[in-house]
Amino acid sequence: MLELKNISFSVSADDADKDIIRDVSLVIPDGKLYVITGPNGGGKSTLAKLIAGIEQPSGGQIFFNGQDITEMSITDRARLGIGFAFQQPVRFKGIRVMDLIRLAAGRELNVSDACKYLSQVGLCANDYINREVNSSLSGGELKRIEIATVLARNSMLTLFDEPEAGIDLWSFNNLIDVFRNQREEISERSILIISHQERILDIADEIIVLKDGLVDKRGTKEEILPGLIGTTYAVPNCKGIG
Amino acid sequence: MKLNEIQKYLLKEIADLTDVPQGAYNIRSNSQSIGRQSSPNVDIIPKEGVSGLDIFIKPNSKGEVVHIPVVMTESGLKEKVYNDFFIGDNADVEIVAGCGIDNCGAHDSQHDGIHRFYVGKNAHFSYTEKHFGSGSGEGKRILNPETEVYMEENSSAEMEMVQIKGVDDTTRTTLAELKEGASLVVRERLMTHGDQKAFSIYTVRLNGKNSNADIVSRGVARGDSFQKLDLKIVGNSECKGHTECDSIIMDNGKILAVPALEANDVDASLVHEAAIGKIAGEQLTKLMTLGLTEAEAEEQIINGFLR
Repeated sequence: MLELKNISFSVSADDADKDIIRDVSLVIPDGKLYVITGPNGGGKSTLAKLIAGIEQPSGGQIFFNGQDITEMSITDRARLGIGFAFQQPVRFKGIRVMDLIRLAAGRELNVSDACKYLSQVGLCANDYINREVNSSLSGGELKRIEIATVLARNSMLTLFDEPEAGIDLWSFNNLIDVFRNQREEISERSILIISHQERILDIADEIIVLKDGLVDKRGTKEEILPGLIGTTYAVPNCKGIG
Repeated sequence: MKLNEIQKYLLKEIADLTDVPQGAYNIRSNSQSIGRQSSPNVDIIPKEGVSGLDIFIKPNSKGEVVHIPVVMTESGLKEKVYNDFFIGDNADVEIVAGCGIDNCGAHDSQHDGIHRFYVGKNAHFSYTEKHFGSGSGEGKRILNPETEVYMEENSSAEMEMVQIKGVDDTTRTTLAELKEGASLVVRERLMTHGDQKAFSIYTVRLNGKNSNADIVSRGVARGDSFQKLDLKIVGNSECKGHTECDSIIMDNGKILAVPALEANDVDASLVHEAAIGKIAGEQLTKLMTLGLTEAEAEEQIINGFLR
């Protein structure tokens, strides 16, 4: 279970502090799939980075399974069981897809193990395991590999920051299946997805709308989603994927 | 031939050898040949008057492998060795060289290896050269390889030249001259640390029509080390040349990349790329989200980069 208590985050801009997250308190229980939506600049990605330890809050506390992790490093949080799929995956010179999946899994893997993760994101392992995670990969391929690494990580809590960004429609359909499968298998685990996509919102247990750094709305999919349809907070899958 | 533990360790590092190699070989240890074998298609003959070998690969021979590793374990040794490779027309050969110096003493140990390759028409060779230093002595481990490659019509070569670690001072000089249709690919990897200095100087002359060269040097300078990369391609005919210096700088390391292109023919097409920078923060962050510490993430990134 993840608990945010009175989390704030501000940045200095033009000699003034700008509040990105304002006193947000949230509980993400185990076994649930949560989706955070809201306007661009509303603080969604920042909130995910605060949970993963990539950013440090200016105020408040973060608890994971009852343990205060506010001061913990990215590494320690990862080891405790927090996974993070980046909106814009990183490229590496020389590091291969297999290396990245092996590092994510934290153990030696054979080709068929790696294949299991790559096939879930629609990639043929034989074509990819020895490819370098460099600029020879398209944005869509890179995004799918990013998601495969997070699947291999098998974290207690996995954060996906705009998983649909940069992928094609075919991959998007595949991605929905990945989340559906995860949704069925999570039991003790939880998933937090940042997304504007209606079809991703549609598989959520609960939806949180973050606006101007504040929780604007939260509730079950049935309570929240109808009010979002037709707004930029819930874009149909034929739009906004690019 | 019996090898002691340090010799075995060095041979494993530089040539991935755990035993006496198959095929033709010469193993040089502390300025002496401690094992040599020719094969039906490869003659290894010691030079007269100077240290070194003449190595003849017969025309049309295929799949030959030649190992010529050098190890030095006595502190204070200095040597200059001339190895000439005569690769016959249409031959195809793999050559594994490399030098490991273990210096536990107070005196500098130095190996200057001059390798000349005379590559016949339509011949092909691959070359791997790894340089490695170890030992706790104050004496330096110094390696100054000079490599010359003379390529006849339609010959081709891939050369992997690597300085793994532990080499205190090096000046690496590589000269290549290519005739019509010849093709050269070089992959250099350089890692320096402590207060090491490395100079790497390439001059590649594309003399023949449709000759081409692709020279990529990747370097990592850590600690207080210094690297100077001096890559020059000269296009003297209709040809294609590409050089790339790609470097990671860490701690107080310093890197100077000096690209040079010289086109003496209107149909010469030459490209140089150079980039120097520290490890990208987002790369570290990504690997840390997979549970690696910052130091572990750095090692993974560097090992991948220098692979």
